[in-house]
Amino acid sequence: MLNPIDAVAWRPRGRRWLAAAAGLALGLTAALPANAEDTIKVGVLHSLSGTMAISETTLKDVVLMLIDQQNKKGGVLGKKLEAVVVDPASNWPLFAEKARELISKDKVSVVFGCWTSVSRKSVLPVFKELNNLLFYPVQYEGEESERNVIYTGAAPNQQAIPAVDYLAGPEGGNVKRWVLEGTDYVYPRTTNKILEAYLKDVLKVAPEDIMINYTPFGFSDWQTEVSKIKAFGSAGKKTAVVSTINGDANVPFYKELGNQGIKATDIPVVAFSVGEEELAGLDTKPLVGHLAAWNYFESIKTPANEAFIKEWHEFIKNPKRTTNDPMEAHYIGFNMWVKAVEKIKSADPDKVIDALPGTKQANLTGGVSTLLPNHHITKPVFIGEIRPDGQFDVVWKTKDLVPGAAWSPYIATSKDLIGDWVKLKCGNYNTVTKKCGGA
Amino acid sequence: MRVSRACLVALLLALSCLLLGQAAAYAASLDEALAHFTADDFSETITGINDVAASGSPRAEIIIRALQDGRLLFSAERKAVYVKDESGKLTDAATGAPIAGDAPADVDNVRINNRLRGAIEAALGGLTLLAKDPGTRYDAAQAVFKSRRASALATLDSAIAKEQDASVRRAMTEARAAIILSGDKGSDEDKLAAVDVIRDRGDQDALGLLASLPPTTSVPVMKSAAAAVAAIKNRLALWEAVQNAWYGLSLGSVLLLAAIGLAITFGVMGVINMAHGEMVMLGAYVTFVVQEIIRDNDPGLFDYSLAIAIPASFLFAGGVGILIERCIIRFLYGRPLETLLATWGLSLILQQAVRTTFGPNNRDVGNPSWMSGAFDVGGITITYNRLWIICFALAVFIALLALLRFTRFGLEMRAVTQNRPMAASMGIRTSRVDALTFGLGSGIAGMAGVALSQIDNVSPNLGQGYIIDSFMVVVFGGVGNLWGTLVGSFVLGIANKFLEPYAGAVLGKIAILVLIILFIQKRPRGLFALKGRAVEA
Repeated sequence: MLNPIDAVAWRPRGRRWLAAAAGLALGLTAALPANAEDTIKVGVLHSLSGTMAISETTLKDVVLMLIDQQNKKGGVLGKKLEAVVVDPASNWPLFAEKARELISKDKVSVVFGCWTSVSRKSVLPVFKELNNLLFYPVQYEGEESERNVIYTGAAPNQQAIPAVDYLAGPEGGNVKRWVLEGTDYVYPRTTNKILEAYLKDVLKVAPEDIMINYTPFGFSDWQTEVSKIKAFGSAGKKTAVVSTINGDANVPFYKELGNQGIKATDIPVVAFSVGEEELAGLDTKPLVGHLAAWNYFESIKTPANEAFIKEWHEFIKNPKRTTNDPMEAHYIGFNMWVKAVEKIKSADPDKVIDALPGTKQANLTGGVSTLLPNHHITKPVFIGEIRPDGQFDVVWKTKDLVPGAAWSPYIATSKDLIGDWVKLKCGNYNTVTKKCGGA
Repeated sequence: MRVSRACLVALLLALSCLLLGQAAAYAASLDEALAHFTADDFSETITGINDVAASGSPRAEIIIRALQDGRLLFSAERKAVYVKDESGKLTDAATGAPIAGDAPADVDNVRINNRLRGAIEAALGGLTLLAKDPGTRYDAAQAVFKSRRASALATLDSAIAKEQDASVRRAMTEARAAIILSGDKGSDEDKLAAVDVIRDRGDQDALGLLASLPPTTSVPVMKSAAAAVAAIKNRLALWEAVQNAWYGLSLGSVLLLAAIGLAITFGVMGVINMAHGEMVMLGAYVTFVVQEIIRDNDPGLFDYSLAIAIPASFLFAGGVGILIERCIIRFLYGRPLETLLATWGLSLILQQAVRTTFGPNNRDVGNPSWMSGAFDVGGITITYNRLWIICFALAVFIALLALLRFTRFGLEMRAVTQNRPMAASMGIRTSRVDALTFGLGSGIAGMAGVALSQIDNVSPNLGQGYIIDSFMVVVFGGVGNLWGTLVGSFVLGIANKFLEPYAGAVLGKIAILVLIILFIQKRPRGLFALKGRAVEA
């Protein structure tokens, strides 16, 4: 889902395999010498080169840190954990190849990986066929519940819907007019479809008060788009922008907002893909007051979070590195997996999948997340405002943890569907026709 | 009324100490107002802001400015509020005196959110309408225009009566009109006059104001407002066309910068250089390094960082270009497919090398002060960075043209590209000219990187976003012709920006591509086709 520019999409098809080949040559396949009997192998499937490296490298490091910590505690079931790191090089077909390699050749018991939705969709058939387990740590567009995937990131009802609720409420400024601005691919389009239905049906927003706009990957000339937003915002009603703009395109977008004098007090922008990591490389002063919705912020003060940040800085040997939401998702997912394995005394993915639902794990923000039968987890939702130092001030949060809904109730094709891998053994059970298999 | 008296009193207080008794009274209400800040609750803080502004204390402005800048702190334990001054010392918020003893352990910022920022701006607007500095008064008038707080009306009236500066007075009159229109007390005559004032303002804020009149407004005022809205919309539509043209020029200049180096390496030399974008990227990273060095050693030079980065990036990218030509490309002349593959591989290697050296994250390249901000011309906003980039692109173009036309190297370069064997037999070292030409194209790409670092992300992927556009411009403009590149980039830029508002960014881009394909069908050699024997060479 959220990913920095994907220039690959702009290139002639023939170059993809070239990129793959080059990625193979460049990528470090750090498969350590195997000793199958003594260790449990954990696959790490994150891009270390190519456009996605900006986001995914950090997640690889987090998994390595978690494994390192677990080993210091004595490993799992008396065995050491062994990381098998591969580099899918931001190349979607290569994700599937590397996943197959991890499962068939390296015989890993579990895989932590993927960032974009398209990479997840690419590895999905492999995980189903070879019956292995993937922990996916990034907020995504929902509309999916698979037996072999545990979604530790937010579903739309754990990020997008609460953010809109906040802005429509008195604290957020009673917003009446909405701009849904996104990068043109599956995550923003699906999220905006859900949001549009929610705005119209639940918040009763008139169609002329909603503007939906898409820009290409890596878009950098925002002048026209921003002046369109400015014009749309001058109808005398409080206006806000809901941004599903992808990583890299955000910087010129915010710069242009600042250039054209649009402040957060005039037209606030709430982003679903801008976190601490993305803000690390830019001057945040013009951005102060713009919002982001996440399930974790580095600035949240809890003992667990402070300990996590400290360990992270020690592990990465750089006190300036930030932590972010998908990192926390891996933290929760990894610990849930360890608990499930220890509960059934086996690391066999097929058995672990059945043991996972119901597992509880304290998150870093003071709550306890539970893995639901639909393979999503419960999470708190926070709205943060950007501070001048690039961190976020939490200005609002949900009272309780929000259970992740795999299927959105606001879209006609999915409103009757539920995912339940405990009782129904089905990811898309239709509650009206009482059949497994979608609408 | 309260605010105006407050401000007057504030002035008097500053002048004399005779009003000590009254000051004590204000101090009491200030203390009560400050107590709201210790609750750590947004609604309480808003009450606090409004009460402080209304308290009439001379400290009000200092306290609210501190809150705005995140320098207002509180201690829940001691129920006390502090202002952190510029030197970082804590002072008592109510008195301004330095605090006695140690700072309390639980001291924390008074948190603000967007709703509070709006309240702060409104409160400051009311407080600073009578400030000495005309700029501050202007900002205050604009803040009142936005907040439309009826409480500021009396201060506004006295401020307008005193105001000497014409532009500040106009802003204040507009603010007054905004208050009258959004309240329900003013008479119809007042409101009609106010509609006229707002119509003359004629921008999008004016439109927003007239579109949101309260439902109690009488019919004649509503009619007049509707007419004013129509007039403003007409005016804005006209300016929108001008604005699109400006945006087009700006996009065109970016395209020109990105493509002009390629016009040399691909256009003149015929090398299909897929690593061209990476030269741009290297230039941007040189800018970053230059800025880092300046930040560490002599921050005063920061405004000159780009002036230093331009030659530095030219030399660095040019050097890398010469190296590439000597080591790789010279073995591949006349084999376009191999060149394409080799330079494509090279672009991946360069990207990964930069990613390994500088990390995968974006790097923060600052804007010097002379490139920040914007100014208004009629109904459009012109940002300095875009303006400078247009000037820079044209300057680079003219310099390159002069180099080709008037220098010996330019002559040799043209000779070699037109007829290599003949040039060689005239004593020109063609291989040296090849290396230098490739270096020149790469160096120019590096300079483009300096400009692009001001408007785009400085990341290892920077170049990828421009490579396709660059080829598009060069092919469209006519291979081997610099004028074609100039005209091509501005035509594409302006066409893109006129299409974008109607078709959207995605469809706009597709439409441009389709148009270019059709154009190339008709004129395979682009806008400015080379004629004569050079074509066959």
